[in-house]
Amino acid sequence: MKAALRALITFAGLLLAWAFLVRWAELPHYILPGPERVAARLWSDRALLADHALMTLAEVVLGLLLGTLCGVLAALALMASTAARRWLLPLLLVSQAVPVFAIAPLLVLWLGYGMASKVAMATLIIFFPVTAAFYDGLRRTDPGWLDLARTMGASPWTLLRHIRGPAALPALGAGLRVAAAVAPIGAVVGEWVGASSGLGYLMLHATARVQTDLTFAALFLLALLAVALWLLVDLLLRRALPWLPDSHGFEG
Amino acid sequence: MPPGADPHSPPSPAIQIRQASLELGGRLLFDGLELHVPAGRFCCLLGPSGVGKTTLLRLVAGLAAPQGRTSINADDGQPLAGRIAWMGQQDLLLPWASVLDNVMIGIRLRGGRPDSAVQARALHLLQQVGLEDRASDRPAALSGGMRQRVALARTLFEDRPIVLMDEPFSALDALTRLRLGGLAAQLLAGRTVLMVTHDPMEALRLGHQVLVLTGLPASLSAPIIPPDDPPRPPDLPELLHLQGRLLAELAREVGP
Repeated sequence: MKAALRALITFAGLLLAWAFLVRWAELPHYILPGPERVAARLWSDRALLADHALMTLAEVVLGLLLGTLCGVLAALALMASTAARRWLLPLLLVSQAVPVFAIAPLLVLWLGYGMASKVAMATLIIFFPVTAAFYDGLRRTDPGWLDLARTMGASPWTLLRHIRGPAALPALGAGLRVAAAVAPIGAVVGEWVGASSGLGYLMLHATARVQTDLTFAALFLLALLAVALWLLVDLLLRRALPWLPDSHGFEG
Repeated sequence: MPPGADPHSPPSPAIQIRQASLELGGRLLFDGLELHVPAGRFCCLLGPSGVGKTTLLRLVAGLAAPQGRTSINADDGQPLAGRIAWMGQQDLLLPWASVLDNVMIGIRLRGGRPDSAVQARALHLLQQVGLEDRASDRPAALSGGMRQRVALARTLFEDRPIVLMDEPFSALDALTRLRLGGLAAQLLAGRTVLMVTHDPMEALRLGHQVLVLTGLPASLSAPIIPPDDPPRPPDLPELLHLQGRLLAELAREVGP
């Protein structure tokens, strides 16, 4: 509760500074609208904003699920087979040299202006951190546990199921937190390149029509969405891994 | 009959190590080493650190690949694999599993599911180490001594004729170590036990025989056989005398 209060105070302070800056520098509202203007816009265009926000949220959540699934499967494949490590790992590393933003136009070309290209963007952005984190976790099993399991006659599958897998979950959790933070980037970049809905699309159009207050309203919602998503993932991870010594969230 | 053992389990065999040689990082740790662990006895292996005690134990456990002409056999002609329970320096409890599930992890690792009879056996073992009321706790809620007691229950749950222990109590304080050592000696009675330790008093209290591994390449002393059956009281005058002798021997080996 105290953390929430601190966050609220910080937020109020930022709003005050913003309002003061706008008054003091006498900026025109199409360059930097004051917070009260943005708040008014948030309220008057709430239906429009909600529609677009829901679209972006759907893209981000789908991308997150798909990226996590692919990442987990890739990490398991890397762990299970030497061939996968030899052939897939270099490919994965090199693929990270290609900026995902640069292939956004291609994705839109191939998958269309709809949701699919944005989900693909988010998936691509998330895939690597999840794979890397989980694979790393799987490899770093305490050698003592491996010795013990060997003397107990464990098979590779039971070892994964009862020791390697659970032991790697905290690392996977770290990867998922990163993924939750970067997933909105993928979706918004996709919307900028070509879309007919979503907060990124709305921002682009509002800016072009000098409705800067609408841009800010969309940006505010986007930030809210990203924070909410991160908090949700953090909460789920804490629930799923109660045995882990408490990792610091905002309480730190 | 060891406590917690299946009444039909076969008698514990002796272990015979012959011509053991091992090179590690260009250093010949031992060469032509002969070690006999008598059947159903508690045997302690003592020596300065770095002499290869743990490696020797890992060889017996099948955790390290034997080199040269090394041969490690049970005297009943059956293979050693699958008849060994291992207890390491750390308790190696799984932090996500309850104490009871930790004791029964061997069943799950062999692809089985613990039924109610198996659970009852695990609970009985927890009772023997005095932790039956902590069965549903997670290991993090336990003290170091309790955790090592759970590890002991897990070792007993495996119900193997041969038990290998690598400094199992070294991380504990002296008093806890004393109590836990006695408990282990009592619960493991009748099994063939090889325990590595660096504590002469512990070795003398718990072992039917004590072997000292020293030198480079290492060689074994003649077995020291303390009086009476283990666990022995720590204030036995003979033990104090032997401890002094062992410490002197080990200290001479290490040098000033």
